[in-house]
Amino acid sequence: MPLPSATEPGRPGPLIRLEGLTRLFSVGDQEVRALDGVDLAIGAGEYLSLMGPSGSGKSTLLNVLGLLDRPTAGEYWLDGQATSGMSDDRLADTRQREIGFVFQFFHLVPRLTAAENVELPMLLGGVPPAERRERARQALSGVGLGRRIDHRPAQLSGGERQRVAIARSVVMRPKILLADEPTGNLDSASGAEVIRIVEALRDQGLTLVVVTHDPAIGGRAGRRLRMRDGRIVEDARG
Amino acid sequence: MRFMDRNRLALGSLVRAPLRTAMMLLATAIGVAAVVTLTALGEAARLYVTDEFRSLGTHLLVVIPGRNETTGGGPPMVAGASPRDLTLDDARALVRSASIERIAPVIVGEATASVGSLQRTVQVMGTTADFRTIRGWRMAGGEFLPNVDLERETPVCVVGALIGSELYRGESPVGQWLRVGDRRCRVTGVLAPQGTSVMVDADQLVLMPVAMAQALFNAPGLFRILVQARDRDAMAGAIRYVTATLRDRHRGTEDFTIITQDAVLQTFDGILGTLTRALAGIAAVSLAVAGVLIMNVMLVAVSQRTQEIGLLKALGARRSQVIGLFLYEAFYLALFGALAGLAIAAVVLAILAQLYPDFRFMPPVWAVAGAVLLATGCGMLFGILPARRAARLDPVAALARR
Repeated sequence: MPLPSATEPGRPGPLIRLEGLTRLFSVGDQEVRALDGVDLAIGAGEYLSLMGPSGSGKSTLLNVLGLLDRPTAGEYWLDGQATSGMSDDRLADTRQREIGFVFQFFHLVPRLTAAENVELPMLLGGVPPAERRERARQALSGVGLGRRIDHRPAQLSGGERQRVAIARSVVMRPKILLADEPTGNLDSASGAEVIRIVEALRDQGLTLVVVTHDPAIGGRAGRRLRMRDGRIVEDARG
Repeated sequence: MRFMDRNRLALGSLVRAPLRTAMMLLATAIGVAAVVTLTALGEAARLYVTDEFRSLGTHLLVVIPGRNETTGGGPPMVAGASPRDLTLDDARALVRSASIERIAPVIVGEATASVGSLQRTVQVMGTTADFRTIRGWRMAGGEFLPNVDLERETPVCVVGALIGSELYRGESPVGQWLRVGDRRCRVTGVLAPQGTSVMVDADQLVLMPVAMAQALFNAPGLFRILVQARDRDAMAGAIRYVTATLRDRHRGTEDFTIITQDAVLQTFDGILGTLTRALAGIAAVSLAVAGVLIMNVMLVAVSQRTQEIGLLKALGARRSQVIGLFLYEAFYLALFGALAGLAIAAVVLAILAQLYPDFRFMPPVWAVAGAVLLATGCGMLFGILPARRAARLDPVAALARR
């Protein structure tokens, strides 16, 4: 079935469109199909959860969506642009401006303070120091850490660290926020707080994709995908 | 990424791994210190030798018999064979030029000197009164050789400081007799202690008129003719005059060699300069070794910081930015190491200067600049491989590493 071109004037396409997306991994002499012909369209501002057993391909899909990984076959249009032909630098720039990541293990740089961690993407993007500091401060206030900006990760609780990571992921004002098991390493109270913050960001117009094992969290999303063996086997809305 | 930000990130990761940083600093510092210290030693030797030759006096020519030159064709000649001696007449003929201030013929040999029952072997030098003026030697007492005709065998002599004290047991030798070989001479003066200068130990020398030395050694040929030009500008004229006059006198053959002090100085300068550069080269190897060490430790750093690199890539760092970060680290390591090395070298040279005050331990500017440039260059060069490895990391795999 031919899909309408997203760049066609007057017809805004979805923010994300995947077509026949396949990702093969070689493990020893075996080939693993982590993604097996995935077709998917995600509109701007949607809230998706991605669930499924381990090895079902949900993390691979998230990495491809985040331009960290390139598909073996198929095409990924982001904002109407085909990504397969993009250079590494172009992909890096797109990651920087359009996509925020939240990881299960936070991935903060231990030697930098909370504010400096949040400043990292702006630093890579060449934002002037004064503006950077102000935006980092605002982002940290936004996640309730306005008083913790000079703490190092080791001085923060798990929930606080994840909130720093969230502040970092949105400080460049991306269109998409990708979260890979954001509560997987947190107690339920911290996890609930993190989810509350992420959903608040979504309410401001962010497109949100959350990979999770937790049905309680996955069930909150407006659109719930279930994956198995590299395929999307369920796409529930409402 | 802004310049200051990159600096801060690179320096930050150096400060956070103090042991690793200290090791690499030390390696580079030793290399730089080695280059600077060794070249300073070579340079000190060069300055020492050239100063020695300057002590010969300025605008000096030395004429020696024979010609050390290989000529094409014919059977090979014995090097340095002198078909015709330099004679006193040759020497006398040189005085007539306006370019030449004074000359001193020199004959050198060994003989036994004795006073009463005391005897020892001495270096005998036959020359003229002008020799002292040319060499600038000082007298401890009495007079130098008299200014007499070259052929006069006046039985007088001048002894070096050591001969004077050894053979005369603390008495003043002036006015006493000295037996040299089968001759006797009256001592007219004693040299002040001079020490060894250009391989002549003046303290163990007996000087006598040139004609007397010729008779003593039964050899008419001169060992050298020292020619002092009127001044520096007269050097070229003096050389021309000496060459033309002696060639005429030797029936058109140029069977003598003229050495200028400048030429000798340049030769030694060249030899010792080469030595200094060779030392620098050897020491530079240690810089390359330091570079390899930097590469090694940087590779370890890359694998230790794999996750951080993955994160930077996820946050949108370009490949060139990741390379830049690691290269900056390598650059700073090498630069600070080099500065530490200069400090170490300064301390070592200060200690050497205390121990050997005769030598001037100054590293040449090219060695200091070269060592610092080479160290930072090596650091960056050997930083490229780790930096490229970091930049090529797959972000997904890098982030997944625990």
